[in-house]
Amino acid sequence: MSKPKVCVLRTAGTNCDEETAFAFSKAGALAEPVHINKLIEQKKHLADYQILAIPGGFTYGDDIAAGKILANELRYKLIDQIKIFIQEGKLIIGICNGFQVLVKSGLLPGNSDLRQEASLIINDSAKFEDRWVYLKSTVKCIWTKNLSEIIYLPVAHGEGKFIAKDELVLQRLKDNGQIVFQYCDEKGGLTGYPENPNGSEDNIAGICDESGRILGLMPHPERHIEVSQHPRRWGVAKNKNEGDGLQLFKNGVEYIRKNF
Amino acid sequence: MIWHIELRDKPGVFDAVGSGIEKDIRDLGISSVEKVRFAQVYILEGDISQEKVRLISEQLLVDKVAQEYSLKPLTYNPQEYHTIEVAYNLGVMDPVEESALKGIRDLRIDGIKSIRTAKKYILKGRLTDTQLKTISEKLLYNKLIQHIAEPHVRRRTSHAVDIGYQFNLITVDLLEASDGKLKKISKDGQLFLNLAEMRSIKDYFKKLKRNPTDCELETIAQTWSEHCGHKTFKGLIDYREKISDGKPKRKKINNLLKSTIMRVTKELKKPWCVSVFKDNSGVIRFNDKYNVCFKVETHNHPSALEPFGGANTGIGGVIRDSLGTGLGAKPILNTDVFCFGPPDYPFNRLPAGTLHPKRIMKGVVSGVRDYGNKMGIPTVNGAILFHERFVGNPLVYCGTVGIMPKEKSFKQAQKGDLVVLVGGRTGRDGIHGATFSSGELTHESEKISSGAVQIGNPIQEKKMVDTILQVRDKNLYSAITDCGGGGLSSAVGEMGQDLGVKVDLEKVPLKYQGLSYTEIWISESQERMILSVAKENIVQLREVFHQENVEAAVIGEFTNTKRLQLYYRDNLVCDLDMQFLHRGSPKIEKKAVFIQPKHKEPKFSCPVDLTSYLLKLLSHYDICSKEWVIRQYDHEVQGGSVLKPLVGIANDGPSDASVVKPILDSKKGIIISCGINFRFGFIDPYWMAAGCIDEALRQIIAVGGSLKEVALLDNFCWGNPDKPDRLGTLVRAAYGCYDMAKALGAPFISGKDSLNNEYTVKNKSMAIPGTLLISAIAVIEDTHKTISMYTKRTGDLIYVVGLTFDELGGSHYYDILGFIGNNAPKVFPQKAKSTFEALSKASSLGLIKAMHDCSEGGIGVCAAEMAFSGGLGMEIFLGEAPFNSKSWKRNDFILFSESNSRFIVEVEKKKQKAFEKTLKGIPLGLIGCVNANKEFKVYGLDGKICLKARIDALKEAWQKPLRW
Repeated sequence: MSKPKVCVLRTAGTNCDEETAFAFSKAGALAEPVHINKLIEQKKHLADYQILAIPGGFTYGDDIAAGKILANELRYKLIDQIKIFIQEGKLIIGICNGFQVLVKSGLLPGNSDLRQEASLIINDSAKFEDRWVYLKSTVKCIWTKNLSEIIYLPVAHGEGKFIAKDELVLQRLKDNGQIVFQYCDEKGGLTGYPENPNGSEDNIAGICDESGRILGLMPHPERHIEVSQHPRRWGVAKNKNEGDGLQLFKNGVEYIRKNF
Repeated sequence: MIWHIELRDKPGVFDAVGSGIEKDIRDLGISSVEKVRFAQVYILEGDISQEKVRLISEQLLVDKVAQEYSLKPLTYNPQEYHTIEVAYNLGVMDPVEESALKGIRDLRIDGIKSIRTAKKYILKGRLTDTQLKTISEKLLYNKLIQHIAEPHVRRRTSHAVDIGYQFNLITVDLLEASDGKLKKISKDGQLFLNLAEMRSIKDYFKKLKRNPTDCELETIAQTWSEHCGHKTFKGLIDYREKISDGKPKRKKINNLLKSTIMRVTKELKKPWCVSVFKDNSGVIRFNDKYNVCFKVETHNHPSALEPFGGANTGIGGVIRDSLGTGLGAKPILNTDVFCFGPPDYPFNRLPAGTLHPKRIMKGVVSGVRDYGNKMGIPTVNGAILFHERFVGNPLVYCGTVGIMPKEKSFKQAQKGDLVVLVGGRTGRDGIHGATFSSGELTHESEKISSGAVQIGNPIQEKKMVDTILQVRDKNLYSAITDCGGGGLSSAVGEMGQDLGVKVDLEKVPLKYQGLSYTEIWISESQERMILSVAKENIVQLREVFHQENVEAAVIGEFTNTKRLQLYYRDNLVCDLDMQFLHRGSPKIEKKAVFIQPKHKEPKFSCPVDLTSYLLKLLSHYDICSKEWVIRQYDHEVQGGSVLKPLVGIANDGPSDASVVKPILDSKKGIIISCGINFRFGFIDPYWMAAGCIDEALRQIIAVGGSLKEVALLDNFCWGNPDKPDRLGTLVRAAYGCYDMAKALGAPFISGKDSLNNEYTVKNKSMAIPGTLLISAIAVIEDTHKTISMYTKRTGDLIYVVGLTFDELGGSHYYDILGFIGNNAPKVFPQKAKSTFEALSKASSLGLIKAMHDCSEGGIGVCAAEMAFSGGLGMEIFLGEAPFNSKSWKRNDFILFSESNSRFIVEVEKKKQKAFEKTLKGIPLGLIGCVNANKEFKVYGLDGKICLKARIDALKEAWQKPLRW
């Protein structure tokens, strides 16, 4: 088949669209930044793509709460297109601000009536932080196959503390294996700040929906697709030939190749 | 109807904001606050039902997972709690309003007139009124833009600020004005024009046989202001100099800028300099497809009064400089350099009307963080220095690098093109910003110039960048420039200076009604750009902006009249000859005197154990870790970050320069560095300038770059240039710039001066130390070959490269001992050049494992930083360091002298020979090696240990001071 097509959704304040598109093209896809107005006005159609990527940024300034306004825009203006997209078994990934959007729109952890069951709130440190973190992953999700046991990616956010609505939701996430990324130390231990940079419950850094096709995560895989981006490439990363994050994009592209 | 919606965290959710404030209150020395809770307040105004308000709250404003809300102000038992609610002043832009209104429209709810935010702090504990006042004023609000709100009053107060405007042409009587009257007109109108200038204006209008309109006078004041016109640098100077070991000299200078800074560039004739000193930023070649541009600006006075807003709009402004260069460059990185008063400065010594340095610093950092991060531009390089002379007047330098296809590097507005204003709307923001920055600050400044203070809207600017780059690539306009200081007045005035231009001011989209024609013309509302667009392109151009919700208004036309003609509803309100406006200002001769000061030369013997001195130096505010600041900036967005500002085994060591790959699929990159050290200027500004250039270039070399393609930017922040002593040091520094940059082969491509950095209280003027910032940008072929500063492996060799002299003058070692001294480090440019070139060769051959620029704190601090950043120990032998003196042999001087052109280098043993061969002829000493025992040991000239510490203890000393 031809290259899988990725819609990299952008709007006012999106700012990781170009590097996200670059990561997808490096993984073999045809990635195109698309302004949300074009989808709303039907000048472009979500149906023409197989992957929807909601990249990082500060959509609408993160005013009110991070990702909230774009989340509502999806719910009120694009939801029919998105529902069809999901029903057709296509893929969605939300990174950083994109994760906040997916959670606040109710697309993650996901339920039939799009109730918001979790949130990403202000970091315990009460400030934006850019730092590299270790992540433990599980393979429940199609996006996280073939990753090393522990991967290394940067986070850069002020509102990334994951909380579930209640114990039941958290238990359901655990039981279903929807917690796909957890902040950890170099050896995989679930430790506190700064390894867990924001105070997330259960060190949660990323979750997927029940199907494993919709993924949201706070860390930035698109900022570690090459070894040159690693902060200590002179030592630990010397013998690698690609960054830890690239595999996620490859997984998405590979899945579409196989299934569409 | 006014609705009050109050949100707070649900019980059990950690209140991060409240708990941060709790800590800040304790830092103020107030211990009686047990707990702080934070609540967010929205004030909605409009004709809507309670049901709709609940819908808005639940669907948009409240995070139901984490928060609860109430439509009534939540009350707390006044016996136990104090509540403080902070709201924006009327007329100050609330940055949340625009997006909140969009969110409400998306819910398909109409009828909202305005939405404002307020912050409510609930303090548990017993506090006196004075304590409450202290907390409010020192932490929670800034009265220039905010006030303590009384919710019951607000219920009756509308926030709509629309008031009508009746056109009334105002003229100013100059023709009959005496000299005294002229001075008064300038002062009362905040024009900051001197008498000679006022007289020239009077003469011009005398010939026209009419008086100027207020708008004409304002336009001339803006154009001729120090901020826009740089009249000191371009004027005449009668300079006299007496340095301590030389004969007195006298020189007449016609245009200091042309005879020093620009002269370097002219004489070096580098083929890769594309556009210098002409455009909004300097442009150099990047590769065969792209050029890069770089500009650094200052925003000192606004940051003194409202640190968040000042720094916020400072960074916003310099980003527009890049967007306004050529036909528009995409901003790819930001830099920021600050000078503040000491963060532990006693409150009781603060001059009236000033904010505490710690508050200023926190506000400035937040302002840069907010704008840079939201724009998605990585903030990759900077420096922060402290001195008590910055208490009343901090320095905030902001820089932006942009990239553009090489064929987009030049612009030319055409006759008949339309004047198109894009971006944000125009309000009363920042009126008199350009002239305000051209005067000194006084304790009255906060009252009279509050219009010059504003808050930016980074998302508005982001939308503008996104769309402008699209229309640029469709070739839809012929010229572009940004609206910065002076607003439309300088943007349109400058773009039309060769042609002539006609503007209809009523066509400018306004935030609210009620602005006079002059206010529209000089408003410095942020996030606006001017394009010059051929008539046949206008429809297509507006479509692109419209698609992404950016306004683009046609406000006039470029003519061929060579006149600036402004109309308001068909009334001619300004008609000026461009020649007079841009060339008519009288050349003023200023006096400049530099007499080299004589400081006390300290006499003390070398301490036997230097451990405590190194610890003190590492904790010096200038030297200590700036991690608290750096982490708050996104330094990796756009994905091109190769060498990050924090490096090391724990990613927390101080990198010398940053390396960024602007084109993701190419290995080629740019290196950004800076040199700044006002302390050397206390002794001789000439050597300060030389040292700054050496330092900026040294950092380029330290990360693996070369001198092949390095360009410099100068930013002079100085005191009042009408005072001969201030101007004398400025001239002396400019000569230092010429000599060093010329000898080292690095041209200047852009620069900016910010003069009048003085603070007046009760007629006593306090000037900042004359502070030169040199920023450098270099192109590097293979970013994968860059070098970091931290030690890599046990057993590797440690070299000092470059000679150490008895140059303790202005050093941090002397500073912690309370001295300045007189021997400022000099630069020997030919030797520096050969050192730089040899090291550059060694890095390209892969002979270097780590390299660090030896600067503040000398060899001692430099080696310690390498060791603790690498998590490894180090042993060094001072006797092996190359030093130049017969008369002095002291451990402390070798260890802490801040001589220029030096590096510390880590080399693998097996590459020892190759390294030494490559550096043949360069002074170098194999001073020690890296070891595994996590100890930092220094052996003195007598072979005995003179310093010994665990690397953890050194790191702790370095990290502690600014670990907020």
